Parts: sequence; structure tokens; C-alpha cells
Amino acid sequence: MGRRATRLLSGLVLLAVAGAGAFWWLTKPAPWDAAHWEGLGEPDIASGERVFWAGGCTSCHAASGAKDDARLVLAGGRPLKSPFGTFYPPNISPDETAGVGGWTLAEFGNAMTRGVGKDGEHLYPSFPYGSYARMSPKDITDLWGFMRTLPKSANVAPPHDLPFPFNIRLALGGWKLLYLTDAPRVDVNAADAKLARGQYLVEGPGHCGECHTPRNALGGFEADRWLAGAPNPEGEGRIPDITPGSKSIGGWSASDIASYLETGFTPEFDSVGGSMVEVQKNMAKLPASEREAIAAYLKALPPS
Amino acid sequence: MKIRAFALAAALAGLGITAVTAADEPQAVRQQLMKKVGQAAGALGGIAKGEKPYDAEIVKASLTTIRETVKVFPSHFPAGSETGSETEASPKIWQNMDDFKAKAAKLGGDAEKILAELPADQAGVGAALGVLGKDCASCHESYRLKKE
Repeated sequence: MGRRATRLLSGLVLLAVAGAGAFWWLTKPAPWDAAHWEGLGEPDIASGERVFWAGGCTSCHAASGAKDDARLVLAGGRPLKSPFGTFYPPNISPDETAGVGGWTLAEFGNAMTRGVGKDGEHLYPSFPYGSYARMSPKDITDLWGFMRTLPKSANVAPPHDLPFPFNIRLALGGWKLLYLTDAPRVDVNAADAKLARGQYLVEGPGHCGECHTPRNALGGFEADRWLAGAPNPEGEGRIPDITPGSKSIGGWSASDIASYLETGFTPEFDSVGGSMVEVQKNMAKLPASEREAIAAYLKALPPS
Repeated sequence: MKIRAFALAAALAGLGITAVTAADEPQAVRQQLMKKVGQAAGALGGIAKGEKPYDAEIVKASLTTIRETVKVFPSHFPAGSETGSETEASPKIWQNMDDFKAKAAKLGGDAEKILAELPADQAGVGAALGVLGKDCASCHESYRLKKE
């Protein structure tokens, strides 16, 4: 090999190393500075319970088929099918070994809003931190306080069952770089307190977009189709469009939407179905004003 | 051979067309039955919301409609009616027919219980509707697929 060729080759190797380094730097797990989770005071447990229902934690983290009080045991393990493979949500009960009892508020908060696990690893966005990223540190603190009052479970959930390349955690940094944002999904009149509250609930803890917004091949939202309906990630059927352009609920009034979230009945007295049944149970536990705020926001969306 | 294959295809296509258009096919019958239940729930809902005055006769008739309709409802899911005619029936119905029938029976049984102690006012109707609504949802959770 000539001298020039050797030089060229080592140049290329250097470039590749630099590129990999840059990729790692750009996509490494990024928890908040420690100060972000300090000075938040004692959690308000009652407020934390409202955040808990708004966030729908139990719908994925309770055991399969859990009813009533068993929904408060966040044992994990209920399979969540997706086009990328099957996820098994972990045990997030306060058990010190099987659950998150040994975590700090900062560790919990970084998982919730930055998708960073206790050991500093990337978490899969099947855990909707892409939505929870919008949650206030106060809500995270209150939620953490409430969750620590829940029963412990010693259950250990199976590991996620994902084919290559989705089993490579490092690649999630690339996904985050492309899609993880805490910016508003749409513009609504933020001066209207009710709309702003609805936006917070729907785009943040409620994580409605995770099912109701279509995704591209990499699992990122199609930004201009916000809440415009999507294929059911768990199999057949569709998750409906919930913008004012919807064929199914476009004609509903704000009070029709709020009433549906409270009772599970549509204006025609058809009933809630599919995975929305779990969601509606959670929404029914919120104060009426929260459901009204969600309804006001949905009515203010750009039609699909 | 070719002609026979063509005739067979034509016959099958003919069957297909019949299945799509007949008003008494199972898909259409069960959709009508669900509409009846929805209307009965709507009559109760009007009272529960205070949009209509409490009327014991309407409450009784609506509950009776629900009880009677769900008795026959699960028998309209024969093999071969899994698809077509905009059915929202999930394939899981045929995989778990016993559970599907049990869920229908639960709604019928709850309607029966409520009939035995007829709700006497608006609040009572609201509470009854809460019980029935949970039954509707628990079946629709597993066995109904939304297509749009």
C-alpha cells in the first residue's frame, strides 16, 4: 500500500470514529441537571392521584385483566403489542427490588420526561415519555408521592420481545434526537386558561396522541396529522380521528365529549370500546373541569 | 375444466353478493339488535340527564328491551359471518364464544336485577345506566373493532 493510500485510510478511520463519537454525543441519554428536581417540597398526594388517573399509568402497568382495586397494583407484565415487537411494561410498584421503591424522585422524573432509566440507559418510547416530557416538575413530584402509597408487588415482568434492529437501545438516542420534544403539538389560544389546561392534559399526561396520531416508519408522529386517527397498533381496526374533522366525533359538542369521558356513552348511546375503555375509566376519575378542558382543546384543534 | 371453474367462480360470486345484500343476514340482524339496545339506553339516558321527565313505563320498557335483545344477540354470530357488511365484530368473538356469551348474559342479568327493583327517580336511572354501561363497555372492549 502506498503512503498516500495509508494516509487516506487512516483519515477515513478517524472520520468514522469522530462520526460515531458525534452520534454518541448527540444521542446519549440526557437527564435533567440535578437542580431541576430539587426544592420541589413535599408532594401533594391528592393532586398526585389526579395526575395518576390523567396519566393512565394503570392501563399499562397493572397486571392483565386487573379490575377495581387491583388496578392500583402496578405489577407490570401486561403485553403491549406494536409493529416494532411486544413490550412488557415493568413493575413500577413501590417494591424496593422488583419495583421502583429504591428510586429517587430525580430518577423517576428523568424516566418520565427524558426517557432515561435508573442506570442511565435509554427507555423505549412505548413508555410515553414523548408526551410526559411536557409534565411540570410539580406534577411529577405529586405523582411520585402518590405512587409510593400504592401496594407493593414482587412480580418481575418479562424483558421486551423485540426483533433486530429494534432491540438496540443505543439507537433510541437517534429516535429521541429526531422526535423527542416538549414543544406544543399545535397552536391554541394559550391565553384561554381552559384551552391551555386541555392542551397540557391531552399533549402531556393524557398522552392521547400516542394512539390517536399516525406514525411514520421510524415511529415518529406525522406532525401535520395530530390526533387525526391511526391504525390500531395492537392489531385490527382503527383508532379514531378525534379532531373536529372526524367522521365519528366531529359532530359532537364539547359537552358530548366531556360526557363520553365521564360515562362511556356516545351522544347516540353507543358505548366506549376497545382500548379506550381503560382510558375512559381513568378519565371518569378526574374532576369534571378537567374533562371539560380536554373537550375544549379537542374542539379547538385544526380539523383533519 | 375451464368452464367448470368459471361456473364455480360465478356461483361463489353469486353467493357473495347474496351475503352482502340480504337484510336478514346475521351481520345486519345483529347491527339492528345493537341499535335497539342503544335506543333503549338512550331513553334511559335522556331521563338520567334530566332531558326527559322520569316515566316508570319508559324505564320498564327500555330495561325489558335490553334484557330481551341481549338474550338473542349472541346467537347471530354463526361461522361465516365474521366479515362483510361493515361488521365491527372482532374475530376474537369466534375464538372466545363462551366468554362473549357470558358477557351478553351479564348485561341481561343486570337488566333483570334492575327491573326487579325498578329505579324510582332520575338519580336511580342514572345509577342503573352506570351499571349497564359498564357491561356494554366490558364487551366492546374485547369484541368490537372500530373501522374508522
